Amino acid sequence: MTASFPLSLLFFQAPEAPGASQKLISLDPVDIAIIAIYFAMVLGIGFYLKRFTQRGEDFFLAGREMTAWVAGLAFISANLGALELMGWAAASYQYGILAAHWYWIGAIPAMVFLGLVMMPFYYISKTHSVPGYLKLRYGEPARALNATTYAVMAILMSGINMYAMALVLKLVLGWNIHFSIWVASITVAIYVTLGGLFSAIFNEVVQFFLIWLGALLIPILGLIEAGGWDGMVARIRQTFPQGDYTHLWRTMGSFADNPMGIHWTGIVLGLGWVISFGYWTTDFLVVQRVISARDIRAAKLAPILASYFKMAVPFIVILPGLLALAVLPFKLVPESALGPGQHSYNEVLPLMLARYCGPGLLGLGITALIAGFMSGMAGNLTAFATIWTYDIYRSFIRKAAPDAHYVKMGRASVILSVLISIGTAYLVMQFKSIMDYVQALFSFFIAPLFGTVLLGMLWKRATPAGGFWGLLAGIVSSITMWGLVRADRRMLAYIALSTEARDMAENMYRALWSWLICVTVTVVVSYLTKPKPVEELTGLVYGCTELPSEGHLPLWQRPIFWGGVSITLFVILQMIFW
Amino acid sequence: MGEDHHIIPVWFFVGLLLVTYGVLIMGSGIVQFSDPPPTVLSELHAPVWWGAVLILIGGVYVYFFWPKKS
Repeated sequence: MTASFPLSLLFFQAPEAPGASQKLISLDPVDIAIIAIYFAMVLGIGFYLKRFTQRGEDFFLAGREMTAWVAGLAFISANLGALELMGWAAASYQYGILAAHWYWIGAIPAMVFLGLVMMPFYYISKTHSVPGYLKLRYGEPARALNATTYAVMAILMSGINMYAMALVLKLVLGWNIHFSIWVASITVAIYVTLGGLFSAIFNEVVQFFLIWLGALLIPILGLIEAGGWDGMVARIRQTFPQGDYTHLWRTMGSFADNPMGIHWTGIVLGLGWVISFGYWTTDFLVVQRVISARDIRAAKLAPILASYFKMAVPFIVILPGLLALAVLPFKLVPESALGPGQHSYNEVLPLMLARYCGPGLLGLGITALIAGFMSGMAGNLTAFATIWTYDIYRSFIRKAAPDAHYVKMGRASVILSVLISIGTAYLVMQFKSIMDYVQALFSFFIAPLFGTVLLGMLWKRATPAGGFWGLLAGIVSSITMWGLVRADRRMLAYIALSTEARDMAENMYRALWSWLICVTVTVVVSYLTKPKPVEELTGLVYGCTELPSEGHLPLWQRPIFWGGVSITLFVILQMIFW
Repeated sequence: MGEDHHIIPVWFFVGLLLVTYGVLIMGSGIVQFSDPPPTVLSELHAPVWWGAVLILIGGVYVYFFWPKKS
């Protein structure tokens, strides 16, 4: 998981005893050279970009001059981390193509919606962050609630990411955990401190190419070995006759018919609507990349362009998991059932990499994983630095200081947050359950925040009090539902509306209920309180904002055209793999 | 990108890295003709043609985004 998306970690369970497993891969000198060149390149980029990051707008918003392509690739890369790759490849080995829901219905509609509907308001309001938008729309209390929770979460996620990276490098390469944590975090700290968001975005674009070119050979060679898609399906049916691993929707009619234990309503309403829209449209880590675009058309196009790449990611993530079902001569097992000489689901991607890639290609694949981890950390650090400096420090501690002071504070906050992240990584090493709690904690905020931002942008009657109390009610209800299930497993049947529901269904329905509670409370409180005058809503709310017309542009230059094509392709994919 | 600041485009860095990696991977692939690694489908010599793909893609970016003197 690069980004703060908690779901990408749901399938990735940390091995119980670091050091107990034998390393999967040995590197040759050429592989080490490839990894070393990557480190030299990211540091070089950081040193080069330092001279261009003197103003706050440069350091925190990359000068707001990114093209749609650069912002779009950074947007998708911020989410495409190494745990994302390994976790979802493991999930596809375990659950088959159902895991692709997180890439298709769990991303594409939301990304297109962000570009076409929400991005204009983020961009026209000239906000520097999502909490910044909440301040403009609802006032200081809503901003304070969102900024403080997000800042804490970003740092914790960065630490978890760091620990997970060290663990994976230990598992795959046998590297020392402390070496991995310190080398990676010092490298990230240097290049983010030097170049701010400029550096992070540059490195995310580089990482995008590394991940694709490092991982693409696995499905290509895997399909050759398996005899194409049909050959792969035939082999899976022969080896695993009891399950349906290659259909997206056919088994979703009942909780009991699919290995995830989830109903199609949970996937469509919980994942496809609330969680996906919540993450892609309000998580500042990804939204920050788009806010850096050079004009409103680039800002609208960036997430739409990214949606095409997101649609293709299952080719390098889900397909390797399916191919492993078809070609591996042994069966993988859950982490909890791991015995001597066995491999867990989590190891599926490194195993496939080692199956097809010799010296040179192996170095490229490992570099792609390291790049994914490091850009994930950098993403959390840049998001934290912006929110800490602008939404907390400037708002509550030192309101009027020169721009240079805030840039210095941004740089200092990056170093401080790296140190706290390292502390978190060591804490997680001692108490692994913290990892689960932090992921749960993050999930508490996504769904309600989406309700608050959506109503803020589309409903001018929403009031500051409505926004704050709706957000708070949504968060509290989400925490309460989570606590109830932990206290008594039978509560899951009430939250997910079925006695056959499993953990994944809990996440979907908890998100749905907390979003509905947030929206209901916001609407009720708004009708009971005084709305803001319309003139204060200009640039923030639909109906009060003049959106630039795109009628003069040829069709192929309009974001709505490319958004429509993206949605059409998404529908076709659902039909093909129905 | 970077017009206001005259920054070297990120695409140039991407191209440079891919060309470097392409040369290293293709080189190791050529060495593997005489000493093939114990991988599945090693007879396809993936490092050779994948290295060539990296050099090609990287070369295009380096050529089109070579920093201009302003």
